[in-house]
Amino acid sequence: MTELVFSGQIASPGLALGRLHLRKKTQARQRSAGDAAAEEAALLAAIDQAARQLESLAEQSDSAGAEILEFQGALLDDDDLIDPIVRALRGGEAAHDAWKRTLDVEIADYAKGADEIFEARAADLRDLRDRVLGILSGEEETEIALPEGAILATENLSPSGFLSLDAKRCLGLVLREGSAHGHVAMLARARGLPLLIGLGADYEQLIDESQVVLDAEAGKLVLDPSETSWARARARFEQRGSEAEELRAYLEKPAVTSEGEAVAVMINVDSPALLSDIDPAHCDGIGLTRTEFLFHEGSLPDEERQYGIYATILHWAAGRTVTIRTLDAGGDKPIPGLTPEGESNPFLGLRGLRLSLAYPEVFKVQLRALARAAALGPLKVMAPMVTLPSEFDRFVALFDAALTELEGEGVPAARPQLGMMIEVPAAALTTAAFDADFFSIGSTDLTQYVTASARDCPAVGDLLDPGNPAVLELIERVVNAGLRKGVEVSLCGDMAGEPDLLPLLLAAGLRQVSVSPARLAVTKSAVAAYPGGAITGLGGAS
Amino acid sequence: MTDSTAFVPAASGAAVVVDPTGLHARPAVKLTKLAKGFEATIRLRAGGEGNWVNAKSPNAVMKMKARSGEVLNFEAAGSDAEQAVLALVALVERNFDD
Repeated sequence: MTELVFSGQIASPGLALGRLHLRKKTQARQRSAGDAAAEEAALLAAIDQAARQLESLAEQSDSAGAEILEFQGALLDDDDLIDPIVRALRGGEAAHDAWKRTLDVEIADYAKGADEIFEARAADLRDLRDRVLGILSGEEETEIALPEGAILATENLSPSGFLSLDAKRCLGLVLREGSAHGHVAMLARARGLPLLIGLGADYEQLIDESQVVLDAEAGKLVLDPSETSWARARARFEQRGSEAEELRAYLEKPAVTSEGEAVAVMINVDSPALLSDIDPAHCDGIGLTRTEFLFHEGSLPDEERQYGIYATILHWAAGRTVTIRTLDAGGDKPIPGLTPEGESNPFLGLRGLRLSLAYPEVFKVQLRALARAAALGPLKVMAPMVTLPSEFDRFVALFDAALTELEGEGVPAARPQLGMMIEVPAAALTTAAFDADFFSIGSTDLTQYVTASARDCPAVGDLLDPGNPAVLELIERVVNAGLRKGVEVSLCGDMAGEPDLLPLLLAAGLRQVSVSPARLAVTKSAVAAYPGGAITGLGGAS
Repeated sequence: MTDSTAFVPAASGAAVVVDPTGLHARPAVKLTKLAKGFEATIRLRAGGEGNWVNAKSPNAVMKMKARSGEVLNFEAAGSDAEQAVLALVALVERNFDD
């Protein structure tokens, strides 16, 4: 059997090797209603049983889990919620209909407004709705029985379903659906359990009891891995175990080379929801905030909401520099209704700043929110996929126009440092021509453009190598251009978090890198191991 | 409960939500549990213009979506109205003992 590789979104990073336990779809059982008195008795009994289930679950849960269960339990004891349902039963409605109808109204209420905290409450109510419906229709408790060493695959999972999993048997989780912001993702991260979500249609191809490598470091699930893949994953797994111990010590210390030179190690942020798990003191700020998460609800949130999100990020950073990248849609990140459809090569198409400049009205909302956030703390704003100096100048002009508009309205705002990503080879070769406050090398895209190897094409994966001398030469060129211009240069991309590549970047003169939070400790330890000997004086202490 | 014409408060008080995430689930549950310990009818609202909600309903209190920095106004009617308002205001001021 040949191995199959599926992609998903990382909701909780980690690596697990085990046997897939595919949860069977449960058929919703039909339930026939009795008379009014019987329905009332049935509902009250179901509520009572649900309350007892939640209590016993809470006893075995950590504090985050207990909070979720406690809220669900409190709702079962909420007269304002339950009494109208009981009255509906007396009026002849079936218990399951009245319960579902009422809870659905409440769920819709919580879910509207696209606020993460209240979306989590909506998930609580769905969870509670289904628990009581399950009891009403006579289902046994929905506990999932797992064999030893299982990687559970299921369509979706409720928070209470997650909390009822046997932590000793479950090595990892794969969901067809799921959300990186949801409770289950939060709980999985807190527990250090690898979780891959959003498998989509690929989910249908999963086979129960097959051997799998759940690589929630690379966002992949390998089904029936070859002997080589398995051995490689096994080695990495063992390495992670021993690394984890050693590395913990590096997290809390600033990154310094063996020659005593400081290197700024910042983090890349995909979703502000993940920040609550990270101690800001472990990093030198945020080197890249990807704002594509703003589109998770389908449309771009308004200025007020965006401002609130940016303010939260600055608040988290507590005085450390926060770099926010303007929307980088297109390429492998399409947004329905905004990015063009049917481009023959989206990576070379209307993406990044090109797309934003094509929709100045959409862009303006983000720029206004960013200008307002800049009044709150040390913010840097950068544009992705810049090719020509004239594009960057238009970005600056739009920003200044937004700023002038806000000043005219008397709204507090400020001009942050305005910089750009260096990802397009043309920009890497002509860096000195750009009038930017800072440069940030996007090594992942730069590599794909320099090696002409698409990021989403596994067949050319070997060519997509950031260690290619051509990529390194361009990086060094950008670093030198920045040095001559007196403009700081950093690098945000996966290569900075690779211990074998980082020394090459330091040798090229880079002293500021930004890595995914999971790679912070590894990166700092690689800095500490660096023997020194490079161009000095770049970036770092700005 | 939300019929404001029938409600004659015997006691009232206010306190500011200080938690950066606003009034989230655990505080909402704590607040309603405390409220349920009193005989009095108690209502609250976020700010000066929101709808009054039953302080004994966790669902209603949660749905106020009270954000950080907002003022919670309490009103109570009944035999222990005064103690109820004092206790609830103190709970909010202690940031729900978080």
